[in-house]
Amino acid sequence: MQKNILVKALSNPLALAGFIIIMVMFLLAMLAPWIAPYDPDAFDVKAILLSPSWQHWMGTDGLGRDVFSRMLFGGRISLLVGLVAVGISTAIGIVLGALAGYYRGWVDTVIMRLVDIMLSIPSFFLILAVIAFLTPSIINIMIVIGLTSWMGVTRLVRAEFLSLSNREFVLASRTLGAKDMRLIFIHLLPNSLTPIIVSAVLGVAGAVLLESGLSFLGLGVQAPQASWGNILTDGKEYIQFAWWLSLYPGMAILLTVLGYNLLGEGLRDALDPRSQSS
Amino acid sequence: MLKYSIKRVLWMIPMLIGISLISFFIMHLAPGDITNNEAAFNPKASEESRQKLRELYNLDKPIIVQYGLWLKRMVQFDFGNSFATHQKPVFLGTTDTDGNYTKGMIEEALPITLMINLLGLAITLTLAIPLGILAARKYQRWQDKSITLFNFIGFSIPGFWLSLLLMYWLGVANNWLPISGLHSLNYENLSTWDQLKDSISHLIMPVIIPSVTGLAGITLFVKNGMLDVLNQDYITTARAKGLGEHTVVYTHALRNALLPLITIIGLSIPGLIGGSVIAETIFAIPGMGKLFYDAVLMRDFPVVMGVLTIGSALTLLGNLLADIAYALADPRVRRGVARG
Repeated sequence: MQKNILVKALSNPLALAGFIIIMVMFLLAMLAPWIAPYDPDAFDVKAILLSPSWQHWMGTDGLGRDVFSRMLFGGRISLLVGLVAVGISTAIGIVLGALAGYYRGWVDTVIMRLVDIMLSIPSFFLILAVIAFLTPSIINIMIVIGLTSWMGVTRLVRAEFLSLSNREFVLASRTLGAKDMRLIFIHLLPNSLTPIIVSAVLGVAGAVLLESGLSFLGLGVQAPQASWGNILTDGKEYIQFAWWLSLYPGMAILLTVLGYNLLGEGLRDALDPRSQSS
Repeated sequence: MLKYSIKRVLWMIPMLIGISLISFFIMHLAPGDITNNEAAFNPKASEESRQKLRELYNLDKPIIVQYGLWLKRMVQFDFGNSFATHQKPVFLGTTDTDGNYTKGMIEEALPITLMINLLGLAITLTLAIPLGILAARKYQRWQDKSITLFNFIGFSIPGFWLSLLLMYWLGVANNWLPISGLHSLNYENLSTWDQLKDSISHLIMPVIIPSVTGLAGITLFVKNGMLDVLNQDYITTARAKGLGEHTVVYTHALRNALLPLITIIGLSIPGLIGGSVIAETIFAIPGMGKLFYDAVLMRDFPVVMGVLTIGSALTLLGNLLADIAYALADPRVRRGVARG
């Protein structure tokens, strides 16, 4: 069943394009140590701010480091942060959404009010405030993005649970004496999985954008560790002399986020025959 | 209507308390107490300034008392004074014993951010509504498909990257537009007309870039709303009566399709306020976003907490206005027949 859905989604050319983009990005990131022509952290005082050439495909930065090599290693960070952050937010969302949708009553009220409150705090402010009180590091970035973006999944899982628990098969199972845990894990959760997957794929797109924004501001991945966002920080610094420092990392972010968005929307269309959004 | 509004306003109180709890919790995230944290990041933090922090947040008292005292100051809009910028008051201005008035930091920054975001929102709506209608009327034709593709790119493009590219193209390579600040250095010496031109040229990029990146979401929303409405029975009736396509789309359909847009605009406020951090930092605009960013970098905690709280309160206020506007526009809501 799940497999058919993937096949159906990938028959949509836009979704297929998204899938291919993401696969290529992952392949490049995983093979980074073998593909990268230079050490991403090696300074070279004789090669400062060189424009793109056969030696340096994407030029060099202000410390003479090879931008192409840094892009490859930066890709690892961006992809990892996106996946882990969404893993955290999806896990929180599933647990809270399942609790709210299954038990209803005051549990539902408390969780949904918490969602309302979290949604009314500008999330970028919230993330920056947390980082101000902690230290910026890759682990903290992933946790903070995860902890501030679970509200959508929670609402989604709750809505699925609410509508599913009135369906015959769930009522039947309950009448036969199924315990809460069995109902949740055998009946409700597996039947809510598809919208969760769609929202997670779209969530990665948002997390990659967020991480690059934070790193660009100097509050995400810290130098000398490369990330697409912090290469762009250099791009801003040297905007008068070195366009290549701004162009390539931005394109990589755009392509990756586009890939996840295309795949997510393609999956949504494939999973929901009524959906008209494309 | 009045009853609905009162209920809606009272609803904000528990929300504000919730927000204050979360802000308070964040402040206590730091390992040890925040004075350690300040010392760790800012070697210049003196014992004196750490003592000030302890006093400001009553760190020597039990945590419940700390929260109570903090909440009491919040209610009075007192966010204390900034550490980093010569003790400027964080939110509202104060008059000292000599009668000298010092403007509050948020008081100065907020109008700038509001102006930029409202201008941007106006541009977004003027472009997004016609585009959304076009996409719905030409559904699955080339017009719709190009708008869809444009939307995907709009959703995916990092705003700060677009800003950098345009800064390079319009500001550095061609020198058509200034790339930072709200005014030129010689602003004071210009004639009124030139001052206006100067201000506008400084605002073009900071206003247009966020509105372009926000365009995708609103366009998609208008399109889906239109598609839904155009399939309704009353539209079929209107067409069957022999009304012109123009009347059907713009008089009958558009009004109903645009109603939910009020809520979407309300919901987009936190994104707009939060998004101002990156835009204002890039273009050196002294608004809320830049204020917040600088405060985070300098670990200026009173300012961080002040902007966080005021930003959230504004979001609540925006949602309140959106809900009341929706109730005014749609009688079903205020009579409690249907919601959303």
